[in-house]
Amino acid sequence: MSSIAKQQPKPLTRSVIWTLALGWLAVTLLPLAFVLFTSLKSQQDTFDSPVWALPTHIDWSHYASVLQSGFFTYLRNSLFVVGLSVLLIVIVSAMAAYALARLKFRFNKPLFALIVAGMIVPLHITLVPIYLMTKAIGLYDTPFALIGPYVATSLPVSIFILAEFMRQIPRELEEAAELDGCGPFTIFRRIFLPLSGPGVATVAIYNAIGLWNEFIFAYVLTSSPGNRTLPLALWDFQGEYSSNIPAMLAVVTLTSLPLIVAYAFGQERIVKGMMAGSLKG
Amino acid sequence: MNTHATVAAVPLARRRHRSARQLAPAIFLAPAVALLAMFLVYPLLQSFRLSLLEWNGLGENSVFVGLANWVSLAKDGLFWHALGNNLLLGLFSVLIQLPIAMALALLLDKAGRGSRTLKILYFLPLLFSSVALGVIFKNIYDPNFGPINAALNALGLPALAKDWLGDRSYALAAVTAVICWQNVPFYMILFLAGLASFPPDLREAATLDGASDATIFWKIKLPHLQGTVRTAAMLAVIGSLRYFDLIYVMTGGGPEGASELMATYMYRTVFSSFQLGYGSTVASAMFLVVTLIAAVGMRLTKRFETEV
Repeated sequence: MSSIAKQQPKPLTRSVIWTLALGWLAVTLLPLAFVLFTSLKSQQDTFDSPVWALPTHIDWSHYASVLQSGFFTYLRNSLFVVGLSVLLIVIVSAMAAYALARLKFRFNKPLFALIVAGMIVPLHITLVPIYLMTKAIGLYDTPFALIGPYVATSLPVSIFILAEFMRQIPRELEEAAELDGCGPFTIFRRIFLPLSGPGVATVAIYNAIGLWNEFIFAYVLTSSPGNRTLPLALWDFQGEYSSNIPAMLAVVTLTSLPLIVAYAFGQERIVKGMMAGSLKG
Repeated sequence: MNTHATVAAVPLARRRHRSARQLAPAIFLAPAVALLAMFLVYPLLQSFRLSLLEWNGLGENSVFVGLANWVSLAKDGLFWHALGNNLLLGLFSVLIQLPIAMALALLLDKAGRGSRTLKILYFLPLLFSSVALGVIFKNIYDPNFGPINAALNALGLPALAKDWLGDRSYALAAVTAVICWQNVPFYMILFLAGLASFPPDLREAATLDGASDATIFWKIKLPHLQGTVRTAAMLAVIGSLRYFDLIYVMTGGGPEGASELMATYMYRTVFSSFQLGYGSTVASAMFLVVTLIAAVGMRLTKRFETEV
């Protein structure tokens, strides 16, 4: 962006701008600061001193007790379910996107339209039938119960993003490969998959964050703590720590930490991925 | 030349390629189509089928009742109340989130240096799961231990301290506030991207003509962002029709249905009252409402696709 074209605002305007901007920053950060500070208070502290007072001493005991009572099982389940789902989403949607973007066959356009229409389906309508199906095939209350619904419901938007991306890959590359005798499978593997890197990254990031935070399917399709994912840790601990505010907020901090750490390392990519995914979806 | 001769003339490897070429679309599409059929299309149809049953979900004792559930739904005040809440949520999401987001986008667009850090921090709420936000704000709204009432009392305004989530008159508003808090940065970034695509010479020309900042905004920038604003409004409305997690965690749809939404009502009907048939009717109706509104919305915004 050219800085010459944009004149610097006057000092008064500048201070108004910054006051308002910092005001919203306070609105954003105060609730999060409340969570962090309260989670480090002793339970006695929360009764004795006002809520906005800083902890009189840092009390890690709530974190210790949360970490010792099954937190890592939820974390492991989340990593497994989200990791496997995202891997399958990328493979399956890249294959479909390639066929829809580049291969000629009879029902290409209507099929693409139908898949894209899948983006507006509110997932709640599938909840009861999927619950019954999961029970019928014996996957109920296992982490595997989540993989099918997670992958399938992420496909429409992922296929849409990747097909859009692959349409922009120059045809000359493909034609050159065809002259060399490459079939569609080689062309997909050697040309389209590697050149779709940024599109794949968007799809992976968007779905990983959405599924990492997914609640209702995980809540309905699993029941025992040993098989549940992180968002359910919050739910399950809520029963256990109903009267212990600092412990509950320690659970909030711990469950939210993985994404915040990821964000610290790749803000640009995460913001871009989340925005692109939501705009298409 | 007859076809047999042609086939024979093509070397074996080529021929294999050709049949691979014909089968390729099917092979590439098979996994996606199978998954979509099993977890999206089948459940969708199954939900409509279940909506014609009376069934508690246990065993084989389901009874086919035809459209009886749909007739009950049409007369079910609770469902219409829930749909009304969804629409209110959508309306207030648009009216509250979009202006704040636009104001912040304009601020950041002008702030220059330092705005990157602000942008990064503003985005934080979007990383939290709805369950986490539900738990956080349940504590913040807590009538006895929460910071909001504590602050009001400390400021000498105890009359304003309320049981935010436990009072029928405030529950939906309190939940809406949290939704706005989380989603404002999303629309802000959307608008920022729109503003960045604003041609600088246009602005310069307007300034030389003596136009004030306000005039430039209302007369030039806002019309330029029209498409983006429509997209944002549609996303906010459709998002509001599907809300579940946050409300379920914070109020469960209560007190006395004051913050009930279609999705929480559906959930309660199926998993608390064990009316699988009627719950599926609610789910199917929700599908019809969302699809209808989304189809209309997409038509309105199609011409204004925006890129980030």
